[in-house]
Amino acid sequence: MATHTEAATEGPDAVRRRDFIYVATGAFAGVGAATVAWPFVNQMNPSADVRALATVEVDLSPIQPGQAIKTIWQSKPVFVRNLTAAEQNEARKVPLSELRDPQTLDDRTQADHRNWLVTLGVCTHLGCVPLGAAEGENKGDYGGYFCPCHGSHYDTAGRIRRGPAPTNLVVPDYAFKSPTLIEIG
Amino acid sequence: MSFPWANHYEPKHPLMQWVDQRLPLPRLVYNAVGAGYPVPRNINYWYNFGVLAGVALMVQIITGIVLAMHFSAHTSTAFDSVEHIMRNVNSGWLIRYMHMNGASFFFIVVYFHIFRGLYYGSYKSPREVVWMLGVVIFLLMMATAFMGYVLPWGQMSFWGAQVITSLFSAIPLVGEAIRTWLVGGFAPDNATLTRFFSLHYLLPFVILGVVILKIWALHIPGSTNPAGVEVQGPQDTLPFHPYFTAKDFFGICIYLLFFAAFVFFMPNAMGHPDNYIPANPLSTPAHIVPEWYFWPFYAILRAFTINFLWIPAKLWGVIAMFASILLLFFLPWLDSSRVKSTAYRPMYKIWFWVLVIDVLILAYCGGAPAEEPYVRISQIAAAYYFAHFLIILPILSFIEKPLPLPNSIAESVFAKAGHKDGAHAPAAAGAAAAPAE
Repeated sequence: MATHTEAATEGPDAVRRRDFIYVATGAFAGVGAATVAWPFVNQMNPSADVRALATVEVDLSPIQPGQAIKTIWQSKPVFVRNLTAAEQNEARKVPLSELRDPQTLDDRTQADHRNWLVTLGVCTHLGCVPLGAAEGENKGDYGGYFCPCHGSHYDTAGRIRRGPAPTNLVVPDYAFKSPTLIEIG
Repeated sequence: MSFPWANHYEPKHPLMQWVDQRLPLPRLVYNAVGAGYPVPRNINYWYNFGVLAGVALMVQIITGIVLAMHFSAHTSTAFDSVEHIMRNVNSGWLIRYMHMNGASFFFIVVYFHIFRGLYYGSYKSPREVVWMLGVVIFLLMMATAFMGYVLPWGQMSFWGAQVITSLFSAIPLVGEAIRTWLVGGFAPDNATLTRFFSLHYLLPFVILGVVILKIWALHIPGSTNPAGVEVQGPQDTLPFHPYFTAKDFFGICIYLLFFAAFVFFMPNAMGHPDNYIPANPLSTPAHIVPEWYFWPFYAILRAFTINFLWIPAKLWGVIAMFASILLLFFLPWLDSSRVKSTAYRPMYKIWFWVLVIDVLILAYCGGAPAEEPYVRISQIAAAYYFAHFLIILPILSFIEKPLPLPNSIAESVFAKAGHKDGAHAPAAAGAAAAPAE
């Protein structure tokens, strides 16, 4: 009652000392709560041991033209494929206008190593492992990879040609350390 | 809470009076699920599924707590510990099969319960919040069931986790970071398994909490009923106990008959054999399917195969799948017809059954491989699903001429009894109904 009349005499817009204390206390508690909440959110991010396995080396020498291998990088499968001349030509012949995610073979391989197609073996639709890397697997209608989960077809440059996947198979960062050795990551 | 003519809790025994004055828990039970809660006298067997869902939840919680005593949440031992439960733990096979089939049965009764709500207008004013809490429970159930399916760390567990967590990577800009955060790595691994185990243990208790809120909200207006008119007086209701406890008990017995038939004679009928193969991150099963209760939504997810506007096909699928459930939150306002029971809505009655068939078609396509003709069928069925809620229901609310409603629940009940009993009955029914009027 007393407080009410006191406030009224000072006018409705008057800023009181107590208002400042309320806001300051609220702000302090809010920042404190957020600070404490962050470790509980961040603990779900990849732990140090997971982050430590960031790069991997792959020896290319045993892979013959037309063959591909599967390896693992950051717990995801990676396809390393030695393209034949015919497969490279086939990929170059496709007009970019026909592609959902327009990229040339040159965009997806490195200079002087146009026969080496390195992609993640993870379908860009929902993360299944496409078929086509191992001998005798279904390579899909475009001779590259075929994802059996939801029917995405990739061509010899690992580009999406048909099916639900939105983009081409991802080309990870990698570098040639020698003509037959690459480091992924 | 409840109606003014509800029976009052009056403990006779001095001990119960002593307890009632200090902790009125028996009073709460009496008023909530005892003789102190009046229920519309005409509710039929479709109204059993709410209680059955509660039974299914308790079966899952009890069997789940026991399984957690023997399960080992680590990628190197999870699969083996499940086999250990099956082969070595005393009665382990029984408890695991109860838990496995219990999940499916939980969804079966909840689907019946949802469609019962759709048929009798249980989502309409003043029960919107009851309905929305139900949708919240449904979402929590889906999350819980998905995480539970990951725990045995078989092929379907792993690839299910891969596919479902990848849904989040469809979100523009931050999607990949969110997915990495959810699984705790670049692909599902031990961090994923342990957090799913923790949350799979937590969420059933969250569901239980929301169930209590839902019952609380339900008991303000009380249940709907097949006549679709609200309760007006004592002649329209019967006490929950013993009338509906007895009816529910009978329903539970029938439910347990079916449940036992699956647990003992076909425990793996609703599972997928690939989940008895240990998870292998380098080999995708030829045909990844979720558990059957996700099939309708999985079909909607896969129905989008082309980019449209500036949004890629994958994101459309994810948006549509979530929208198909979130849509239900808006149902009380999409259907503005004030007639609750479909028995008095001649046009809606047809569209209701079309929706049931549509969802069954979606379910069939969701379980089928991603090939033609299933993709095209799911596209049509998914389009119809959304059209039902967004176009047909609002239009029906305006153009439909409902049949004449009964004046009261009592009238509809005794009129029916009169028809059955022939010439003599109307007089008797009139006499029975008279004291109430």
